[in-house]
Amino acid sequence: MGSVTRIILQRLALGLLTLFIVSIVIFIAVNLLPGDFAEAILGQGATPEAVASIREGLGLDKPPITRYFDWLGGAIQGDLGSSFAQANFASFTGSDAASGTTVAEQIAPRFKNTLFLAGVTAAIAVPVSIFLGVLAALYRNSIFDRATNILTLSSISSPDFFLAYVLILFLSVLNPLLPSLSNIYDGMDFSERLVKSLLPALTLTLAVTAQMMRMTRAAIINLLASPYIEMARLKGISPMRVIVTHALPNALAPIITVIALNLAYLITGVVVVEVVFVYPGIGQLFVDSVKIRDIPVVQACCLIFAAAYILLNLSADVLSILSNPRLRHPK
Amino acid sequence: MSTWLSILIAFPVMAGVAWVFRFAGQSATSNKPFFRDMPFGVAFGYVVAAVAILLAFKIYFIDQVLFFRWAMQGLIIFTVSAFLFRLLGRLVGTAGSRKLFRSMPLTAAFGVMIVLAYAILAIFAPVFAPYGEEQVFAAANTLPGGDPATGGDPAHLLGTDQIGRDLMSRLIYGARNTVGIAFATTCLAFFIGGSLGFLAATIGGWLDQVLSRAVDVLMAIPALIFALLLMTIASAWSVKLGIPLTIFMILIIAIIDSTRVYRLARAVGVNIVVMDYIEAAKLRGEGLTYLIFREILPNATAPLLAEFGLRFCFVFLTIASLSFLGVGIQPPLADWGTMVRDLAQFINFAQFSPLTAALPILAAGAIALLTVAVNFIVDWMLQKSSGLKE
Repeated sequence: MGSVTRIILQRLALGLLTLFIVSIVIFIAVNLLPGDFAEAILGQGATPEAVASIREGLGLDKPPITRYFDWLGGAIQGDLGSSFAQANFASFTGSDAASGTTVAEQIAPRFKNTLFLAGVTAAIAVPVSIFLGVLAALYRNSIFDRATNILTLSSISSPDFFLAYVLILFLSVLNPLLPSLSNIYDGMDFSERLVKSLLPALTLTLAVTAQMMRMTRAAIINLLASPYIEMARLKGISPMRVIVTHALPNALAPIITVIALNLAYLITGVVVVEVVFVYPGIGQLFVDSVKIRDIPVVQACCLIFAAAYILLNLSADVLSILSNPRLRHPK
Repeated sequence: MSTWLSILIAFPVMAGVAWVFRFAGQSATSNKPFFRDMPFGVAFGYVVAAVAILLAFKIYFIDQVLFFRWAMQGLIIFTVSAFLFRLLGRLVGTAGSRKLFRSMPLTAAFGVMIVLAYAILAIFAPVFAPYGEEQVFAAANTLPGGDPATGGDPAHLLGTDQIGRDLMSRLIYGARNTVGIAFATTCLAFFIGGSLGFLAATIGGWLDQVLSRAVDVLMAIPALIFALLLMTIASAWSVKLGIPLTIFMILIIAIIDSTRVYRLARAVGVNIVVMDYIEAAKLRGEGLTYLIFREILPNATAPLLAEFGLRFCFVFLTIASLSFLGVGIQPPLADWGTMVRDLAQFINFAQFSPLTAALPILAAGAIALLTVAVNFIVDWMLQKSSGLKE
């Protein structure tokens, strides 16, 4: 197992390096803004004195490299600065900019909501797609197989908001089964929270099921030609059991990889769905901040999205190494 | 809650019916192999399918849910026209195209038909559209349907928007703007990614290393998030420089997507560069341009073409999403993503005015239809080139 730990540590180090470089890219991108933060906060009617005072307050008079490491050091300790909207508000009321709500306090509850939505979606999508994939492999080339193929291909290639509005139309407006607004707040009990986030979760399920289901089907069908499956069949085992107990365990590696990649999509691709259902997640906050150019929040959200994305891609990588002996012992 | 309860009860009932169905089949046909060897799961599947079809008939004919009827009618019309289109392709045209249509599944024929229809609509938009896309009329907020009794206007079949622009014209011009901009962006992404990828494959060495590592970093940031971050910055610049935001958007999305094209072009190119005919061309003293465009490119067309279809879908969906979020294609250009966002609230009136509620679905469906069509074609191309039979 020594070599496995080494490979995993290598991947982990590579992931951290990538994240570090990504943070530099985000920082540089943000610094490409015309003018600087102080002008952006105060807008058009800024007096030079006010600009200078905010510039000093935010540490904008320091050189870029110092600022970058200040930001990175703060981000590692969970301090992501305070948002422009807050700073602007503070500058009007005359209170101290630092005393307002920080970006971290703004993001934390929303990130929890996004994770909750991703969790609900995964709990629906993963079993459904593996079940459908196994069935499609079992009855390959039948009407059932073709119908699921066409349906999943259509649902994955439609834009998220199309699926969302069709679901709203049928499940919320024409038949009032589920609420179309996911107004979630703290202190809501679990079942109510679940019902409110069911419609966005269903939309996301439709968007991610196709790839997982097709991968399950393809991975199983790839194995069906191998001699040990032939042997199992000749023993007289039923087709369902051949697939579930003989083919599926060996097909697990590619399936797990695809599941991890789709979870990465769930964390980062929720932006549109959250906006449609007004779900108070991190994606909604991100889009709102993009619209008002609230740079500290945009920066922080970007970093969190990138970190989640890199982490899940990394775990897909590690899991596929762990589940494949050929990768575990490279030549 | 009664709906949920009835769904819960329906499953054991269907399971019972399935068992009876199989047993009856076995007795009636004196144990024919079809029924004798039928697993319970398959019997259950037949029953579920039968119930689904019955339910569809009930909703269509008895409940008469308008949206369901429209969806079903649309499905039937599309299937029949795709079938006729394939038949036409098999009878008319050159020997090559006739052969192509003979091996084509119905889904791919549907895809080709839709793509052709969109192309014609986009190119001849001014001919089809009753009015200009920016033309403002006095009658704002007219409802669709064209019937004055229900708040419509015969001059505007789909009604007008909140400042009085004809929605039908904007929907048709949307084909030109949304699809046109997505197509231009994809071409740009292919030009950047393709040429850099082939360059990295031919020259190799440090250039390959630098480009590949840079692409690795850019690909580590999720595409839509990165696009939104860059659009924030671009929106500030576009105000300052007076350049339309749409141009920035084309550049940003082209660069983000060119990283994916680069990966593929490099991978394909590396395999071609080691071929003997490249060696021969190099010995002849051919330059880099000749090598890339006359030797490598023709041999990399097939995978790049399939990638072009997929990339176009991604770009198209990204642009539609950005417009939907309000930072993409900017007014006064007509665009489907923006239309969906502006009209979305009308969906709540589905009980009272189905036509009005259908408007946002129509605009979103126009996006979905094209991406589904392109995906069907790409799926068919990939299956054909990989020789997969299952």
